[in-house]
Amino acid sequence: MNKSVNIKDWYISNFGEFEKRLNGGRENFIHQKRKEAISSFSKLDFPTVKNEEWKYTSIAPLLKHNFVPTFERKSISKEFIESKLFSKMEHSLIVFINGKFSPENSDLLNLPEGVFVGSIANEIKNNGKVVQKYFGKYADHQNHIFTALSTAYTEDGAFIYVQAGKFVEEPIHLIFITTSAEEKILTQPRNLFVAEKNSQVTIIEHYVSNEESIYFTNTVTEIVAEENAVVDHIKLQEESRKAFHIARMEVDQERNSNFRSHSISIGGDLTRNEFNARFNDEGGECTLNGLFMLEGSQLFDAHTLIDHAKPHCNSHELYKGILDQKSRGVFNGKVIVRKDAQKTNAFQENNNILLSDESLVNTKPQLEIFADDVKCSHGATIGQMNEEAKFYLKSRGIGEEASKAILLHAFASDVITSIKIESVRNYVEKIITEKFRQ
Amino acid sequence: MLEIKNLHAGIEGNEILKGINLKVNAGEVHAIMGPNGSGKSTLAQVLAGREEFVVTKGEIKYNGKNILNMAPEDRAREGMFLAFQYPVEIPGVSNTNLLKTALNEIRKYHGEEELDTIEFLALVKEKMKLVELDQKFLSRSVNEGFSGGEKKRNEIFQMAVLQPKLAILDETDSGLDIDALKIVANGVNKLRSKDKAIIVVTHYQRLLNYIIPDFVHVLYNGKIVKSGGKELAFELEEKGYDWVKNEKIEEMVNL
Repeated sequence: MNKSVNIKDWYISNFGEFEKRLNGGRENFIHQKRKEAISSFSKLDFPTVKNEEWKYTSIAPLLKHNFVPTFERKSISKEFIESKLFSKMEHSLIVFINGKFSPENSDLLNLPEGVFVGSIANEIKNNGKVVQKYFGKYADHQNHIFTALSTAYTEDGAFIYVQAGKFVEEPIHLIFITTSAEEKILTQPRNLFVAEKNSQVTIIEHYVSNEESIYFTNTVTEIVAEENAVVDHIKLQEESRKAFHIARMEVDQERNSNFRSHSISIGGDLTRNEFNARFNDEGGECTLNGLFMLEGSQLFDAHTLIDHAKPHCNSHELYKGILDQKSRGVFNGKVIVRKDAQKTNAFQENNNILLSDESLVNTKPQLEIFADDVKCSHGATIGQMNEEAKFYLKSRGIGEEASKAILLHAFASDVITSIKIESVRNYVEKIITEKFRQ
Repeated sequence: MLEIKNLHAGIEGNEILKGINLKVNAGEVHAIMGPNGSGKSTLAQVLAGREEFVVTKGEIKYNGKNILNMAPEDRAREGMFLAFQYPVEIPGVSNTNLLKTALNEIRKYHGEEELDTIEFLALVKEKMKLVELDQKFLSRSVNEGFSGGEKKRNEIFQMAVLQPKLAILDETDSGLDIDALKIVANGVNKLRSKDKAIIVVTHYQRLLNYIIPDFVHVLYNGKIVKSGGKELAFELEEKGYDWVKNEKIEEMVNL
């Protein structure tokens, strides 16, 4: 029997234990889904590199550990949380520690009427209508083993619901902190964000750790942007350098909706981001920007899919990678333009800089076009630091390290500058500058 | 200020400079002329510290210090400046960012306070007038999408802001129309002073009508084969580089 079968058994056998601890949580509608999901999980296999979608990302290191969900409550210092804030004036802050909502660290006082931000566990407990309607609708568990695992062990996560016509001025900041426990922790934030017709909201999903420990974050986020809704989503991944981070994000876009995503990834030992957006109606706009900075033995894998199912939609995708030492990057960006999706504009680009001889990027932009009146382009580049530009800067009195940092910053700048909120942009500038200095 | 002795340098095993001797004192303007491929640009790049060029023999002393093992950034901090023949385009780095970082790194090196944004902008605005560049230019990326003339003016602008002690202009005049040439020359002449020196590397005599050199040197085949006053430049213009080449060959035959 090979190791991954063992690990599967491990998660299956732990499920009974997990169920017992749910107490009253077994009565509600989600529990049926949990049971279906554990059954899907037992039928599915963990992917290997023989699987085309996992060709360059071996999850073998992940399957070596027996991760468990933790029920232990941990506290985190105020200083640590403050160090992760964009500005001292943040009001819409929601903190999760080891996967569980931490009300004492959260601040949700200034939310406008018609805007709900909180723990999805509460919504599940109260049989909330929105959760019932959308939970698991986009992230199916039948064919996806990590989603099956997430769904089976669904406990907590963020829930954001913006009612029709509401405009949330302040960005909503979600911080997921993993801290050490006696065992190696499995944390599975399960998020659902629903922006109704004509609403607008900015959400920052922020993953951090206060120690360099081994743990596993397996997160699923479902986002619904209804007609004419504007959703700005930023994901900041600053996990422990020993952590595993597997994430899936599903976005449903209705007529004239506008969805913007920025994904900044600097942490984790192994990171896999799956992103799927679907245009379910005309006039949608989707921006998908990403920046990953890797060093040591880090591996980052972005698998994105933008599905132009309807005409008159625009998508722009730009992912940039900076890789040093023995790190590895994977970019697999697929854009499908279906037969009826005339007048589609779809642009996709992936640019990478390799700073060392041993770093590696596998990039695969894929365009599948079945309509005939569309404008689409894609491209990928892999290059090195521009030595001429570096010499030019040095010849002006700027030191080696500073010159390098300026050039890498310039390379990453179009992704960073397109983040609209200044305080978030400054925070991103800060964390990547620190990363450059290492 | 600058003393080059028997300098040999090359790239990838090809020797380009074959024994250069040159002495430049503070307050002087030297012109180095020569046909294409004579080693003019190599000399300029070696002075700035370009790593690709390997110095195999000889020495370069700047203010009494041997600079051969000095990093390019330290040479710049010590007051050397190279105006590039082909200024590099750096997308995503604004002219302001480059200049402010450079200026403050140089100031830090000399133990001076860094300039704040207001002081910096005041300085920059004053210097921009000198080269007739528009203010919008500050927020643009370094040399990106600049015309040839704009790139050259930008080099002179950077020089004016950084106030080097020894400026080396590598074919800053090439490809410029007469108006741009006058602007560039004017910028250079403003820098002239008793405690500063300028080396003008050029292919054409034309620039020297506007920047009057104290000395003219002719570089040919990696060596300075002729030195003289500014009249040497006129002689070269009249007789062409073949004159030097032929004379050189004659010399060799006579030997």
